[in-house]
Amino acid sequence: MDQFTLPFIIGHLNYWLFTLLMMTGLYIVVAKGNLVKKIVGLNMFQTSVFMLYISMGKVTGGTAPIFPIDMQIDPDVVYSNPLPHVLILTAIVVGIATTALGLALIVRIREEYHTIEEGLIQKIELEKATREIREFGEVMGGGE
Amino acid sequence: MVNAIAVVRTRSLFAVAMLSGAFSLLSALLFVTLDAVDVAFTEAAVGGGISTVLLLGTLALTTRFERHAEHSPFLPLFVVIVTGAAIIYGTLDMPNFGDPSAPVHQHVGPDYLARSPHEIGVPNVVTAILASYRGYDTMGETAVVFAAGIGVMVLLSGLRRRRRRDGSIEDREEDG
Repeated sequence: MDQFTLPFIIGHLNYWLFTLLMMTGLYIVVAKGNLVKKIVGLNMFQTSVFMLYISMGKVTGGTAPIFPIDMQIDPDVVYSNPLPHVLILTAIVVGIATTALGLALIVRIREEYHTIEEGLIQKIELEKATREIREFGEVMGGGE
Repeated sequence: MVNAIAVVRTRSLFAVAMLSGAFSLLSALLFVTLDAVDVAFTEAAVGGGISTVLLLGTLALTTRFERHAEHSPFLPLFVVIVTGAAIIYGTLDMPNFGDPSAPVHQHVGPDYLARSPHEIGVPNVVTAILASYRGYDTMGETAVVFAAGIGVMVLLSGLRRRRRRDGSIEDREEDG
């Protein structure tokens, strides 16, 4: 347990905070029945992953990876790592695309079931299935 | 963080949409402090802007309030705590925050920083990598966005027409 020194704890606090945020998002996705809220939770999860990546790219004393406009680069200036930034830029745009698709699916589900609550949708599906079994079970030779 | 907990507790979906917009703006601020200004721009525009508009549009087409949950929250809570503990255990091997000798800063990142001034000649290194070194990624990204756009169009096309037709069927049943 001697690795838990103060610098270690301060240096890892960012990861732990983002994990906490990530788990909040996961909890919303798992525990809440409302589909719109699930999407918001998913977004939150995603954003905390972005924060995790960006915080890995940070260098102490570094600045944003943009050179002076005349390209006279001062070798003493430390720049943060630009690679995570690029990856996360792509991820944000892909994330909004999936969000849009999910929300469109929700609109379509609402049209079909007149609800966006997971429990109610399952209930309707169960009723439908039992009705179909009752209807077609005798024809297939089953039933009582 | 407080914002996130508010999202868990709030039942009014309108407030949830607004809170998620505020959450995006706060995370954009965090990205600025972490030197990722390009990411902050995108997050503020996409997360705070487009995403909130899409959420509000969905709410307008569906419903505004959430029902009470039927089942107990203990099982999900347990799953989430176990997952979180596993992730935190995994972070124990990570380098300290802002450590210049971390493995992330050893290979391609500094290479891009060193080469892009004379190979690309664009002051913003993020732009140089995005459009040049990782151009294929960006092309794939546009393909994903295109596919998602087509998916949304297919799902939502004829929404108004179907709605009108359903309405007429219900009317007829009432007449009969």
